Amino acid sequence: MQSLTNTMQAVPLNNYILLSAIIFSIGVIGVLIRRNAIVIFMSVELMLNAVNLLLAAFSVYRGDATGQVFVFFIMALAAAEVAIGLAIIVMIYRNTNSIDINVLNRLKW
Amino acid sequence: MDKYIWLIPLLPLAGFIINGIGRNSLSKNTIGFIASLLVFASFALSVGAFLQIKSTGLPINVTVFDWFAVDNFKVPFSFLVDQLSSIMLLIITGVGFLIHLYSIGYMHDDNGFGKFFAYLNLFVFFMLLLVMGSNYLIMFIGWEGVGLCSYLLIGFWYTNPSYADAAKKAFVMNRIGDLGFLIGIFLIFTYFGSITYADVFSKAAGMHSKDAPFVLITLMLFVGAVGKSAQLPLFTWLPDAMAGPTPVSALIHAATMVTAGIYMIARSNILFTMAPDTMEVIAIVGLVTATFAALIALTQTDIKKVLAYSTVSQLGYMFLGLGVGAYTGAFFHVLTHAFFKALLFLGAGSVIHAVSGEQDMRNMGGLKGKLPITFITMLVGTIAISGIPPFAGFFSKDEILAHAFMHSTTFYVVGVITAMFTSFYMFRMLYLTFYGKFRGTTEQEHHLHESPSNMTIPLIILAILSAVGGFIGVPESLGGHHELEHFLAPVFERSTKIMGEQTLPKNTEWVLMAVSVLGAIAALGYAYSKYVKKADIPVAETEERPALVSLSYHKFYIDELYDTLIRKPLDALSVFLYKVVDLLGIDDFINGLGKGTIEASKGLRLLQTGNVGSYIFMMIIGIIAILVYSFISIHNIK
Amino acid sequence: MNTFYFIAFLSIFFSILVISAKSPVHSILYLILTFFTFTIHYILLNAQFLAIVNFIVYMGAILVLFLYTLMLINLNKEAEPVKSNLVKLAAVIGGGCFLITIVASLKLLNVSPGVSLQNPGLGLVKNLGKVLFNEFLLPFEVSSILLLSAMVGAVLLATKEPKSAA
Repeated sequence: MQSLTNTMQAVPLNNYILLSAIIFSIGVIGVLIRRNAIVIFMSVELMLNAVNLLLAAFSVYRGDATGQVFVFFIMALAAAEVAIGLAIIVMIYRNTNSIDINVLNRLKW
Repeated sequence: MDKYIWLIPLLPLAGFIINGIGRNSLSKNTIGFIASLLVFASFALSVGAFLQIKSTGLPINVTVFDWFAVDNFKVPFSFLVDQLSSIMLLIITGVGFLIHLYSIGYMHDDNGFGKFFAYLNLFVFFMLLLVMGSNYLIMFIGWEGVGLCSYLLIGFWYTNPSYADAAKKAFVMNRIGDLGFLIGIFLIFTYFGSITYADVFSKAAGMHSKDAPFVLITLMLFVGAVGKSAQLPLFTWLPDAMAGPTPVSALIHAATMVTAGIYMIARSNILFTMAPDTMEVIAIVGLVTATFAALIALTQTDIKKVLAYSTVSQLGYMFLGLGVGAYTGAFFHVLTHAFFKALLFLGAGSVIHAVSGEQDMRNMGGLKGKLPITFITMLVGTIAISGIPPFAGFFSKDEILAHAFMHSTTFYVVGVITAMFTSFYMFRMLYLTFYGKFRGTTEQEHHLHESPSNMTIPLIILAILSAVGGFIGVPESLGGHHELEHFLAPVFERSTKIMGEQTLPKNTEWVLMAVSVLGAIAALGYAYSKYVKKADIPVAETEERPALVSLSYHKFYIDELYDTLIRKPLDALSVFLYKVVDLLGIDDFINGLGKGTIEASKGLRLLQTGNVGSYIFMMIIGIIAILVYSFISIHNIK
Repeated sequence: MNTFYFIAFLSIFFSILVISAKSPVHSILYLILTFFTFTIHYILLNAQFLAIVNFIVYMGAILVLFLYTLMLINLNKEAEPVKSNLVKLAAVIGGGCFLITIVASLKLLNVSPGVSLQNPGLGLVKNLGKVLFNEFLLPFEVSSILLLSAMVGAVLLATKEPKSAA
């Protein structure tokens, strides 16, 4: 472990930020282009994980454990969110027989 | 006596409250009894106050409570009873009591009996406030209050739309005057720093006539008086006010309320004396009104209308008197006029009562035998108003005319001619009503009867007063002492000092008297020959009249003139404001805002597709926008 | 150092596959792989606790939940109507703009020091536990309430109402 960590020494913080930004953007694009509610949900998870990674990277960079504690809380939150979200999707499917979000177009006027 | 002064106005107010609350539960006799008794009690107290002032010569000044105080400006609710107001008190409560008594008989069959007496008591209360107040604000309360009661009583039979209109007309016309009065009070406060009579008058007397805008102040006060006392150009409400029950016409629109303007000017005499220009205006307005109203009265056929125009004309005389500086004379005329005009109105009421509500003199006649008491008392009243000695009207009218002569011969000549008109139309009324044959329906003829005693007794008392009332002011040229003038002297002291004592040689005065008396008798004779000898009856409504007669009959088309000059342009303006400014301008603007919002929303709601994907897309765009903005701002900071 | 770039490449590659796979089942499988690369990232950062939690909670629990849901819905057929190309293009451009903005901001900040580990024990369970149960005790307890309510909510939502079912 120690040696692995040492190899990381040289990785610039910018690269972590860039990686997170790219994955976050991929998540955004996923939300935008897909119509399947579950896939959209997965894209959201991607975005959450991008943020988690960034938080962990900053935590290490600053030598402050708070960032990692935050990641832990975000994971707890994500678990709760997924439980509720998937339950909602199941309900939607039961009612409309579809999980295409374009079917759910009552949210207007 | 000072302790009980506040009871004088309070008793009628108590009557108003009792009768107002109990108007449906108390019996008619009780209501009439309470109302009359309370006014009589006020009268008794007034007599007491009068006697005290007569013996001591000092005014009674009582502060009941401090009404309000703002900084240095204090308005106490206080009463001032001096020589002037004590006589007014006697007129109001005395004549008021007689009219209350009369009304018990006159209104006996009316459903609104309790309401009527409640209003009447309220009127007496406000009228007493008006004359007893020791500052302009209290006077103004009374001033507005009597206007209100006048409105209520003119529109007493409000189910008749034209009566209700007459009430509204009176109210609106009075408001015009009230505004002037109010502005006058404001001006007085601005320049004298007080509205209490004592302060204002003593300050004004010490000033030079250029120290304060006396002309403006007095003109404003005069506007108020014009409205309340029915002078040109605001007189048209008074004839219409005859829509009210006859006792109301007698009390409010002849004896008391309409003289409030004269009282107010007499009260403020020092201010007016300081403004000779206003005095001139008052004299001219009074004279023109007197003549004008007399001309109209010449051809009227409604018995109450004749009396109404006669009232306007007599009020004109009083203003003429005020205008030429004869404050005492004008006030003397207020006093005698209260007697004989109340008498005439009550007599007319008695006649109307007898002929079952008929008011048109063309359908009367020959009532002399059927209504002897009414006839005799009205004859006394007619003689008194015509200015034939030794009845009351002669002395007061003569005093005014004498002063008018001192001021300007023209005023005198016009005044005498008007007096002849007065004599003519009054005797015309008398002859048409009581002489000749009865011209009404046979049904009315069967119904003819003399009025009950509670109506005739007030007539008799008033007739006696009309006959002898003049003797309190017999001029020195006729060997009298003019007690009234001496009694009132303290009130007009300051003005007299400024104007100086004016006297005519006795010979001149005799000639003037002879001229006016002969003129009146000549007019009487002409009326006799025309309406009794030739039995000339005014033609019916639809028939042709000679041009001048027609002009007079139609009241010189004054109402129509106002209609064309004021009401129609106002109507047109209102229609313009309604149709163009309101409907096109404001409404369209407001509706346009609404419509614009609706249209914009119709366009904008298309953005809300209901599609979650598009919402997210917009959210992303928003986030990008925010990021770009913060990026730029960070960039700028660097 | 090269390990980081390789793993980073794999993360990006798999996440692109997640959003581009036709079948949702494939998407989930790619997502599992993506999360696995994230676990490696955590290990590289010496955040061992996070790596384990990520492995167990995300890859184990959450993604299995996704699979179960998919199974319940039984949507393995590729019935999803595809969005029009225009929308896709717009979406990609939008996402690209997003990325560009973030990167531009990053360039502006102009900091690029290496991520060095001052405290080797930072990401260990012992250290994190101390922080978590001292400073963040209240949020920790509150998050338990959050999870409880999520559980209740999920049960409430997913159970069929007896009345409407009948």
